[in-house]
Amino acid sequence: MSEKSEKFIVPIGPQHPALKEPGHFEFTVDGEVVTGASVRLGYAHRGIEKATESRNWTQNMYLLERICGICSHIHALAYCLGVEKLAGVSAPPRAQAIRSVVAELERIHSHLMWLGVAAHEAGFETLFMYSWRDRETLMDVLEALTGNRVNYSANLIGGVKFDINADQRDTILRALEFLEERTAHYMDIVTTDVVFLRRTRGIGTTSAAQAELLGLVGPTARASGVARDVRIDAPYAAYADFPVTLILHNVGDLESRFIVRINELLESYRLIRQILDHMPEGELTARVPRRIKEGETISRVEAPRGELFYFIKSNGSDTPERIKVRTPTMCNMASVPVLGIGQQLADIPMILAGIDPCFSCNDRAAVIHQGDDGDTWTWERLRQYGIDYYRGQP
Amino acid sequence: MSAVFQTAITKAMRQIRAWARINSPWAIHFNTGSCNGCDIEILATLTPRYDVERLGVKLQGSPRHADVLICTGPVTRQARERLIRTYEQMPEPKFVIAIGSCATAGGVFRGCYNVIGQIDEVIPVDVYVLGCPPRPEAITYGMVKLLNKIKEAKTEAADTL
Repeated sequence: MSEKSEKFIVPIGPQHPALKEPGHFEFTVDGEVVTGASVRLGYAHRGIEKATESRNWTQNMYLLERICGICSHIHALAYCLGVEKLAGVSAPPRAQAIRSVVAELERIHSHLMWLGVAAHEAGFETLFMYSWRDRETLMDVLEALTGNRVNYSANLIGGVKFDINADQRDTILRALEFLEERTAHYMDIVTTDVVFLRRTRGIGTTSAAQAELLGLVGPTARASGVARDVRIDAPYAAYADFPVTLILHNVGDLESRFIVRINELLESYRLIRQILDHMPEGELTARVPRRIKEGETISRVEAPRGELFYFIKSNGSDTPERIKVRTPTMCNMASVPVLGIGQQLADIPMILAGIDPCFSCNDRAAVIHQGDDGDTWTWERLRQYGIDYYRGQP
Repeated sequence: MSAVFQTAITKAMRQIRAWARINSPWAIHFNTGSCNGCDIEILATLTPRYDVERLGVKLQGSPRHADVLICTGPVTRQARERLIRTYEQMPEPKFVIAIGSCATAGGVFRGCYNVIGQIDEVIPVDVYVLGCPPRPEAITYGMVKLLNKIKEAKTEAADTL
């Protein structure tokens, strides 16, 4: 690994106390300073993309929702938008507005959750407990709307499953009022608490150029001053009618990631209020045929962690021919080994938490090399592997 | 006299052990390929609204300090070895709780090429908590079920525990 024998490799994971999800990291350290880092992922790879090919369009909605339990709605939304585009229908305006409301509620729950987890990595347990307590208010709202706390399955292909009535509207507004007050308090804490700032200010700084080079997305990129938000660049659902204000910060360290995400919370509160005040009237679903027309399409949405990308190909039957998912963590993960070098080992969990990693989203495909296989699989070889694999099946 | 005395000592020790086990089951959490939904509900169970710590449950970092292994998700081919290793590193007596539909039956991922199946195909499971994901109340209930199971075992085959 290295010519100097006094260097030491710290293996972490896949079962580790820092994160809830499995991932394996190896850090080469020189004393306390990290000099090399490698990441091994794929512990949560389940083979969902292949599994979509054996389920029909409706069943896939429930499967794809379970790519990630945190951003489940946005996965289903990206899929539904893509399939609707292929089928040539579009959901009614009221359904689109409800989709946006749920997407923003999900962003709030995800960012509050991240705030707690990131504070936990910094050893700030009080903030962890407080933000998770406040998050429960939002979970109640999501449950009141959709009937489930996680994996809400609000979408249908061609619309949504439920309406928002006046009572529910009041519940949401009341929850937002409480959360807004708390969020302002959190903003105060993460920008003024001296102990906490020692863990975040100037740590893991990513310049805008570096962020572009690494291809960062979502709040991680916006904290480095890269103006990149799918809700603004290519509005979907109701975002064309209810525009989002871009949240930017230029420093690029962990502190600015906190600031960007907390400002995004405030922006989401504003947006939900605006949508609820100007909710379009009308139907909730459009008719969609059981078989989707032949063709292929892409669908992009802004998940809480960044741009989520779906490629969907239909062959005209009731099952998709191919679905490819590219998740935001996949783009952001590459920054961890790069930014980690030269930092203290104790800061690594914070740098990792700073991108808001989601391994279940991330683990899309895994190829494990044994021996001198070479690094790249040719298409032919991959195809042959697939044929051999499925021929071997009973 | 000594035989009676011996029995009384054994009985008392057994009671103390069971009392300690019931009051401080330290848990370790391992995600074997879950979608995260169950994991965030487990964390929610530990945080103030549901606060499972009042039952003495504390999340531990190391398997060597833990009594209860909380598993979520279907077992993927990569995570299988690690799950077994984590389980074997835990000191006896150890208990396993499988959280969520995937951990109990494979759930929506049954049939995926990289998924072996549910947790009990790899390691023995004591308590199953169903749901996708189960509510924090359900997870707490599963925990109480496990504690009751330990309590009942106290009167039956306590020496094996």
